[in-house]
Amino acid sequence: MSDFFTIALLTATLRLSAPLVFAAMGGLLSERSGVMNIALEGFMLVGAFSAAAGTYYTGRPFLGLLIGTGAAMLASVIHAFWSITLRGDQIVAGTALNLLGAGIPAFLLQRLFETAGGTPAVARLPTIGGGLNVLVPVAFLLVPLVHYLLFHTRAGLRIQAAGEHPHAAESVGVDVARYRYACVLASGALAGVGGAYLSIGDLSQFTVGMTAGRGFIALAAVIFGNWNPVATLGATLLFGAAQAARVQAQALNLPISQDLLIALPYLLTLIAITGLVRHATPPAGLGRHAATE
Amino acid sequence: MAERSADGPALAVEMRGIIKRFPGVVANAGIDLIVAKGEIHALLGENGAGKSTLMNVLFGIYHPDEGEIRVDGRGTRFTGPRDAVGAGLGMVHQHFMLIPRFTVTENVILGSEGSSTFRLDRQAAERRVADLAEAYGLRVDPHARLGDLPVGMQQRVEILRALYQGSRTLILDEPTALLTPQEVDELYRILQRLREGGGTIIFITHKLREVAAISDRVTVIRRGRTVGTRVTSETTATELAELMVGREVVLRVDRPPATPGEPVLVAEDLVASGIRGEAALRGLSLTLRRGEILGICGVEGNGQAELVEILAGLRKADKGRVILKGQPITNVDPKALRRAGLSYIPEDRHNRGLVLDFSLTENVLLGNADEPPFSHGGRIDGDTTQALTQSLMEQFDVRAPSPATPARALSGGNQQKLIIARELHRQPDALLAVQPTRGLDVGAIEFVHKQLVQERDQGRGVLLISFDLDEILDLSDRILVLFQGRIVGEYLSGHVSRTELGLRMGGRGGDEHAAVAD
Repeated sequence: MSDFFTIALLTATLRLSAPLVFAAMGGLLSERSGVMNIALEGFMLVGAFSAAAGTYYTGRPFLGLLIGTGAAMLASVIHAFWSITLRGDQIVAGTALNLLGAGIPAFLLQRLFETAGGTPAVARLPTIGGGLNVLVPVAFLLVPLVHYLLFHTRAGLRIQAAGEHPHAAESVGVDVARYRYACVLASGALAGVGGAYLSIGDLSQFTVGMTAGRGFIALAAVIFGNWNPVATLGATLLFGAAQAARVQAQALNLPISQDLLIALPYLLTLIAITGLVRHATPPAGLGRHAATE
Repeated sequence: MAERSADGPALAVEMRGIIKRFPGVVANAGIDLIVAKGEIHALLGENGAGKSTLMNVLFGIYHPDEGEIRVDGRGTRFTGPRDAVGAGLGMVHQHFMLIPRFTVTENVILGSEGSSTFRLDRQAAERRVADLAEAYGLRVDPHARLGDLPVGMQQRVEILRALYQGSRTLILDEPTALLTPQEVDELYRILQRLREGGGTIIFITHKLREVAAISDRVTVIRRGRTVGTRVTSETTATELAELMVGREVVLRVDRPPATPGEPVLVAEDLVASGIRGEAALRGLSLTLRRGEILGICGVEGNGQAELVEILAGLRKADKGRVILKGQPITNVDPKALRRAGLSYIPEDRHNRGLVLDFSLTENVLLGNADEPPFSHGGRIDGDTTQALTQSLMEQFDVRAPSPATPARALSGGNQQKLIIARELHRQPDALLAVQPTRGLDVGAIEFVHKQLVQERDQGRGVLLISFDLDEILDLSDRILVLFQGRIVGEYLSGHVSRTELGLRMGGRGGDEHAAVAD
């Protein structure tokens, strides 16, 4: 019984962490390059909806995944254009995109499917056993990849430079805007995959508001992980475990308040952001614009 | 191919007839700058004379409206810093363009890493950087995190980076601003070594002493125009000063000896931590007397900011006491401090001294608004305030069209004069002056210095905190040296050399009779 419980908790943790890992790695790249990204939630919603709709029309979940990723990337182009090219306020841009991410799927649900709550059921991505879909290993492979990119490549050095001190980077000829665009687009794509994971990986439909703040939790994980890929992975696992604990406690009928359990991941997020933020050192140039004439 | 002018040596940089306009201002109104290969050429001018604009033009950051630029004899039209670097120019910025969190090597190679996008051979890069440092005698550890290095060392990293990028002509923009005198000497040695190796150096400064110490030739610019080029050994400080300012200048502050009275402001054993929780003040004590200017010198970041903020009521001390006229005022809010007789001329006039979008009258009201004659019973007396502002403007030579002009429209010197007018109007017992002449031109500096001496002679205590050692030496009656949050030396004016102060500022030297707080 106890072994079964442990294994169940473990797989549930992996299952619930994976979408957070996608979004968090995206957010980490964007922020490391100096662009604040509170729009992850919006990107995830766009990704989740477009993946479900894409799968509905093509009948093929992999195409749906591609469509979801592309759509979220398109949304991130708006963020990049506003934040980098127009040198606008990055928080305002992010807020606008979160509103769009909530509004557009709801609107399109009406137009395309004439429903308000969610899409019809669609096919799901294949599973690899234990109730885990094929994207789960991809999520965890992503972490060493991002780590390598940031700390062991020329591109990584320049991304960090753009995020730490955009003027200094420009003074030695680094095209700050280009690296920032690439990172913001990557964040859109990855958050989009995270969204698709929810709608066509974990479930088999899109429902309104299905991300339930996961984009913000992913962002909290980035801060909690001090903008380091491996530590951020640890943070997403912690948040995932908190969600898993709730599911398991429900299943086992443990005498713990349901409300408290439901609130647990969000409470953890709050604690991470308020309590630990003091010790975190964000990229020094986060939110600062480059100097180009 | 380097072209030779008819009779002179090969030229590294030729800038002729450079004109650069910005909306409403002509920053460069016709500048000629001719720099020969292998010389150290000083570019001398006051703040706002157009030095930085000229260098940005040379470096391809700005595009000149008119004029011709040749580098190594070749006509150029740089579209950005990258082109300038490609042509063999290197810039050492006044505010270093370095990344504190990166290592020395990462800072040096950034932008010219010599590997492809998804590779980075750190070890090879470290070796290259170490070899280069060795070849030019620039001692610096390639693995060190830049943020952990002292300022002088960070500057060496900037020089090293320029050399790494293949610079043959090095431009240094006010390179001594943040250095201790010893670090300045070390910089001079490095520059001379580079010159011996065939390098060319353009040294931008507004300090006559530096021109004499390091340059072979000097070009003086004033109000956007070249006013002369001289061979350094054939000119005098007086001639250069007159060229720079455009009239006769008094190079020394004329002041009678001080007659210090009773203590007016006393700090005892102040302990405070900085923004990142590090120990910023570690038991600092000082006594300011009436009728004296007490100068505090030290390298930036040794606790000046924390000391100022505690004295001005903007930060709480963890331990220790502050006493004004015998009354304890430790950790009292700024309003009560002002009432008690302390005035404060902040270092940053844009963020702390003024509200730039307020009119001059409104700025004079700041900190005075709830007291007569500015207000009565909570109602501001507009007419009186306006009249008072007008009279302060005349008294302190604030040049502006009217009291209703926004502070933003004024020059730095006039803004500073307005702050001083507001603060001195209160007739304080103690005056806290932090970098009171930063970024001002010679005329405004003279004025501010004269005001401070006048305040002293009226029996006020003036606490002067400045990173400019010349200002400290010129004005102070007594000098304290601040190092790592403590006073490590105390000297009477005229009884100490720059060298001694410099050693103290760097945490070294010192003899027994100097008062060392422990």
